[in-house]
Amino acid sequence: MIELTYSRATDVDDAVRRAAEGQGRYLGGGTNLVDLMRETVETPSALVDVTGLSRQVEPTANGGLMIGAAARNTAVAEHEVVRSGYPMLARAIVAGASAQIRNMATVGGNLLQRTRCTYFYDTDGSRCNKRAPGDGCDAIEGFNRMHAILGASPSCVATHPSDMCVALAALDAVVHLRNVSGERTIGMCDLHKLPEDRPDIETVLEPGELITAVELPAPNPAERSTYRKVRDRSSYAFALVSVAAALELDGDRVAGARLALGGVAPKPWRARRAEEAMRGRPATEATFLEAADAELADARPLSGNAFKVELARRTLAAVLEDLTEAGRA
Amino acid sequence: MPMIINGREASVPTDARVSLLDFVREHLALYGTKKGCNQGACGACTVLVDGERVLSCLALAVQYEGREVTTIEGLAGGGLHPLQQAFIDHDGFQCGYCTPGQICSAVGMVDELRRGVPSYVTKDLASTSVSFDDDELRERMSGNLCRCGAYNGIVDAITDVYAEQGA
Repeated sequence: MIELTYSRATDVDDAVRRAAEGQGRYLGGGTNLVDLMRETVETPSALVDVTGLSRQVEPTANGGLMIGAAARNTAVAEHEVVRSGYPMLARAIVAGASAQIRNMATVGGNLLQRTRCTYFYDTDGSRCNKRAPGDGCDAIEGFNRMHAILGASPSCVATHPSDMCVALAALDAVVHLRNVSGERTIGMCDLHKLPEDRPDIETVLEPGELITAVELPAPNPAERSTYRKVRDRSSYAFALVSVAAALELDGDRVAGARLALGGVAPKPWRARRAEEAMRGRPATEATFLEAADAELADARPLSGNAFKVELARRTLAAVLEDLTEAGRA
Repeated sequence: MPMIINGREASVPTDARVSLLDFVREHLALYGTKKGCNQGACGACTVLVDGERVLSCLALAVQYEGREVTTIEGLAGGGLHPLQQAFIDHDGFQCGYCTPGQICSAVGMVDELRRGVPSYVTKDLASTSVSFDDDELRERMSGNLCRCGAYNGIVDAITDVYAEQGA
């Protein structure tokens, strides 16, 4: 039997102290960690419940929004300012999981959720470098249609499962962190790491470091934005490909865009090459497809997921065409 | 602080590993809540906590100290809840295993609709008035799988009880 202690943090200081003293693992809504513990993929000996910490969603002095890490996914998606000012984020959140899970899952936990690669979960029968570094990866030569086409490595081809994180990457969100030695912030695009030869290390968080809030910069009123998710069934499934896109037009030309892809990489994939390729060009399908090609030039499909390259290309272009049309309407 | 389950106090388990699902079934003998996948993929274990629908299989009971939990047994004061009757009237089940989760989920869903919580198929995210139509209903109930495929009856049952109230 694996011994497990549980305690509830009363505030951030209390949480980081408890985690530092007892080698505790932070527990949010439990929608991922409880499952991983049951499968013995994760075997913490102490849980520090952080769901009692800030769940406030409040405006910042510079016109943005500060979201407490304990805010539930549903609470963020239904927040008036998120719906009006950050529709891409609201839609990304409701694209994920089910209503029951969104009612439980916290923002901080969503950022730190782990891949749903089946080989990662299969403790009895599969090799996985993320679960047991150095063991090998059974996904690379296995069933890998859900796996990554960008940013993977010979040691891991798993994808990051979050929808919300894809929107946060496109929005240039800032993640607030705290541990016993102090606090710091990090850009959403720099929070997650690519696997390289250590796929078990998924973020730049230090041991015991706690996500306390996610800050959104002020919305750009000239931008139109949305989130589209393509999956095997129309609801309650992980993404094959997803696109978070914000587009600003200057007449018939692209003034600027912020793009990120989900379901295709080990981390929320900010598509900066595509953004650059579009800037100043006519807002047409040809431009958008060329931009997608620029982003996907480095794609390395596996035996079972070559379809994702074309799917990502077309989905990105289709979303941008829709935003262009909405901008003209 | 005890948990309140269907109006009655219950001491939370001392073992932190016990899920809310196992707690209500194995400790309190409330067998209405069903264990389907036990990994958050099917919705059979859906219960209401302070009126919100959650998956009891992914909830550690110890986290829910002091909260009000409603299972299928506690939904109606006496007799059947209108939604339970509607599931019977509209053949909203065949084997019945997913039914308690479906019904608890639908009760939580209606509250979300009334609050104006958006869904993936809500066209105008800025509007807090969400229409009560089949597309919205099916999207919002997608966390509850029915392997018998009684979905049409389930949609009819929920619509029958709630559509006239404008959700």
